[in-house]
Amino acid sequence: MVNLIIDGKNVTAQKDTMVLEAARSAGVNIPTLCAHEAISRSGSCRLCVVEVKKGNRTRIVTSCLYPVEEGLIVDTRSERVQNVRRLVLELLLARCPKSEVLQKLAADLGVDPHPRFVPDTDKGKCILCRSCVRVCEEVVGVSAIGMSSRGSHKTVGPPFKEASSVCIGCGACVYVCPTGHIVMQSTGDKRKIWRRTFKMQACEKCGKYFAPVDQLKFISKKTGTPYKELAVCTECR
Amino acid sequence: MKKIANALDLRRVQEDLKKNFDPNKKMVTICAGTGCRGYGCIKVKEELEAELQKQHMDVEVRATGCFGFCEKGPLVVVHPEKIFYQQVKIKDVPDIVSKTVGSGEVLEKLLYRDPYTKETVLKEEEVPFYKKQHRLVFGQNGMIDPTRIEDYLIIGGYSALAKVLTGMTPEGVISEVKKAGLRGRGGGGFSAGVKWESCRRAHGSPKYVIGNGDEGDPGAYMDRSLMEGNPHSVLEGMIIGAYAIGASEGYIYVRNEYPLAVLHLTLAIAAAKEAGLLGKNILGTDFSFDIHINKGGGAFVCGESSALFASIEGRAGEPRAKYIHAVEKGLWDKPTCLNNVETWANVPIIINQGAEAYASVGTERSKGTKIFSLVGKINNTGLVEVPMGITLREIVYDMGGGIPNGRKFKAVQTGGPSGGCIPERLLDLPVDFDKLTEVGSMMGSGGMIVMDDRSCMVDVAKYFLAFLQEESCGKCVPCREGVRRMREILEDICAGRGKEGDVELLEHLSTGVADGSLCALGGSAPNPVLSTIRYFRDEYDAHIRDHRCPAGVCKALITYSVNAEKCTGCGLCVKVCPVQAATGEKKKPHSINNDLCTRCGACIESCKFDAITVE
Amino acid sequence: MTNVSEIRKKTKLIVKKYSGDKSALIAVLQDIQEAFNYLPKDALATAAKALGIPVSRVYEVATFYTAFSLKPRGEHVVKICMGTACHVRGAAAIQDKMERTLCIKPGETTPDRKFSLETVNCVGACALGPVVVINTEYHGQMTMAKVDKIIGKLKEGGAQS
Repeated sequence: MVNLIIDGKNVTAQKDTMVLEAARSAGVNIPTLCAHEAISRSGSCRLCVVEVKKGNRTRIVTSCLYPVEEGLIVDTRSERVQNVRRLVLELLLARCPKSEVLQKLAADLGVDPHPRFVPDTDKGKCILCRSCVRVCEEVVGVSAIGMSSRGSHKTVGPPFKEASSVCIGCGACVYVCPTGHIVMQSTGDKRKIWRRTFKMQACEKCGKYFAPVDQLKFISKKTGTPYKELAVCTECR
Repeated sequence: MKKIANALDLRRVQEDLKKNFDPNKKMVTICAGTGCRGYGCIKVKEELEAELQKQHMDVEVRATGCFGFCEKGPLVVVHPEKIFYQQVKIKDVPDIVSKTVGSGEVLEKLLYRDPYTKETVLKEEEVPFYKKQHRLVFGQNGMIDPTRIEDYLIIGGYSALAKVLTGMTPEGVISEVKKAGLRGRGGGGFSAGVKWESCRRAHGSPKYVIGNGDEGDPGAYMDRSLMEGNPHSVLEGMIIGAYAIGASEGYIYVRNEYPLAVLHLTLAIAAAKEAGLLGKNILGTDFSFDIHINKGGGAFVCGESSALFASIEGRAGEPRAKYIHAVEKGLWDKPTCLNNVETWANVPIIINQGAEAYASVGTERSKGTKIFSLVGKINNTGLVEVPMGITLREIVYDMGGGIPNGRKFKAVQTGGPSGGCIPERLLDLPVDFDKLTEVGSMMGSGGMIVMDDRSCMVDVAKYFLAFLQEESCGKCVPCREGVRRMREILEDICAGRGKEGDVELLEHLSTGVADGSLCALGGSAPNPVLSTIRYFRDEYDAHIRDHRCPAGVCKALITYSVNAEKCTGCGLCVKVCPVQAATGEKKKPHSINNDLCTRCGACIESCKFDAITVE
Repeated sequence: MTNVSEIRKKTKLIVKKYSGDKSALIAVLQDIQEAFNYLPKDALATAAKALGIPVSRVYEVATFYTAFSLKPRGEHVVKICMGTACHVRGAAAIQDKMERTLCIKPGETTPDRKFSLETVNCVGACALGPVVVINTEYHGQMTMAKVDKIIGKLKEGGAQS
């Protein structure tokens, strides 16, 4: 076990725990957008930064990626930390002015849109945190979507900005997206996501459309379960 | 080349090569660095060879590594007298061959002429550009054909490796490098010895050694010259480092824009392997080490270590948080020691000279020499290798020969996009790692861009931010979005749309971007803005408050006019103006309609009478 | 124009050269670009399959690095150096002039596929600044007048000076 101090509190945590988790377990809330339990971490949103002091050295680190250390002194709301968080939110509000999640987070932290930044109109609600790409690769295992270009031209989506042939329409990306950027429309026997329309499977028992055929085929192939067994929704199973 | 069996055999090979090389032999060397190639030196070389043959002279013409004095290329030296000719043209070749090579006659018109004393200079080392230099790493370039390993061996190449493999323990090597005080030449200035030691101690295998040749700082090209001009010195340093660290594999990551460096390194690796100086059982010992070359894909961020690893691993060059250091978990998550190629090239020198002699050059905490590329508004553009601690003034005026066209020095930019602009009043600053950081800039890889009174400092800050916005990997918010917003504000200021309070806002954004960014690219991105605000705040104010660009650069804030006294009415500006803004009758003073004028500068370039004024 | 089957065949040969090593992706793409002067979509798909890398990842790498082009490039690739030394010596004016002369912006190719215009962040030939690199040839101390001359020559189909 490792002993450290977070915002003045003595905290004990398992070795290899990240500061973010150690803080949460001690009741200290650190805001994050891109740290999701289902996927690996990238440290891209920068909201979870904290100030750590080790010996005489103080620095700003990403709490979702920084492992606890014996004797570490963590300040989760120092002036420098708050300054970074405020800036990150101002920048994200200017990028995604329509994101309700960001608006609420900003309101909670007392941040207003910066009047000097002209809001973007072409970025949707995407903050480019890569969570969707990670879940598609690490959890679903199809890598249907990815990033393209770099810097301020970076975007997320299927390659060549076309409908992806490997996407199974599972919607895991929608689930992990922190800002509600990815649009998935399920109407009757159709589901639309990432420029593709998927045919939905009707539950053989209750008749409700519950999952894309492609997704069930994918699961069937991966697990060896006959398709027929999968064509029943979870409630009827 | 035959395989060299052991250290003793290496000495024998070197001796034999030396015996067969008569220092009094006639030879012509010609600089074949990228600068001189741009001036057409390869054609001059071919012409020299053809002419020598025509005049029945059996004299070697050797295309060598870069001499450094790029301003005056193509550069030619006639041996053994070492007569130094500059700006040699094809039409000069017959005279050089018949007169200088043939009968030792000196061609006055090809000698370097001191612009102040008007006296000519016979030898390279007497040229003011070279006089104060201390060419430890670069000195041999002019004698080496970089495609021939023999040329490197003849000057004692690979002796340091032999010394290390036969008489030093890995710990001994590390202690020597530490004692020498070698610091990383790529930017950070971290102690090389300390890095090696941590990497040696780290658990995990295999261990990797990497040469960073992804010279990305705009305005810096010393690594290019080194890889092109003396590739074996980089290899030798890396092999010694690998032995010290316990690494079995190495990579050199070379910038995509440097095809000649890739070629020369590839040839050097093949030659070193054939000679038994690289590969299995180097010089007959148990030590084996191999080097691969990776070509970059055109991404500045790949100079950052974790992004560079990602690129070698075949991924997009996105940095990752480095809370576990690369010496423990680097390439493929294995212990990795990454140093800049110039750092590696210093290693054989330390081993050959001994740490003490090496450390006798430089300042207290910055030892040895540093190669700078002196470029921009400077008379003698080129690469200078100087002892640490020399002043900026000596570099700019004594070596660089001052500012062209009688203009006034304004600033020197060091450290690339992570660095800053240093004003005139700090010209007596001794140049070393710590002093440059103290004044808000940094050493970086060694670019020194000189600016005169016609360089706008707000424009320069905008330039760097535009560069960084383009080169940001886009992974983290402060860098991707923050640098973009900072650039937008600078764009506004340069376009006359600046607002009161913009400077303070830029400072505020700078703090957040520097503190909040994931890697050093974003962390240091505000430096060009902060340093220009710190030293040239008046220029920002002139743009914002008076809508004036004092340097006459920002198009929206300047007007062109014709000086009627100087204008002869030649009509050239009328002819070149793409928007018909310049008008006038022949032989009468012309005029420029500023409503139409796009300030493209075509008229200024065309005017032979300096009659167009920018205000 | 190269046809699809030829693109696939050539790409497979390139991947084979690197023994299908996934980490060689960037080198593979460099070779593909050298073979076709750009990265054809079919080549990327073929390379992805042969290397066992998702197409999305190959696309990410291909669009991340500026050395790669997903569009066919012109016969002459004109690169304007945007390094600091060139910038302070007036690279922006050269760029404007080049855009006017070729009637395209950086990243574009003329309709006759004769020229592509690109900017590059320093080619490391600062002594020659402002520099324009056309194909592999360096043109130093560029002026607006020189732009007309050089491009004029190339338009006529003559050799570069």
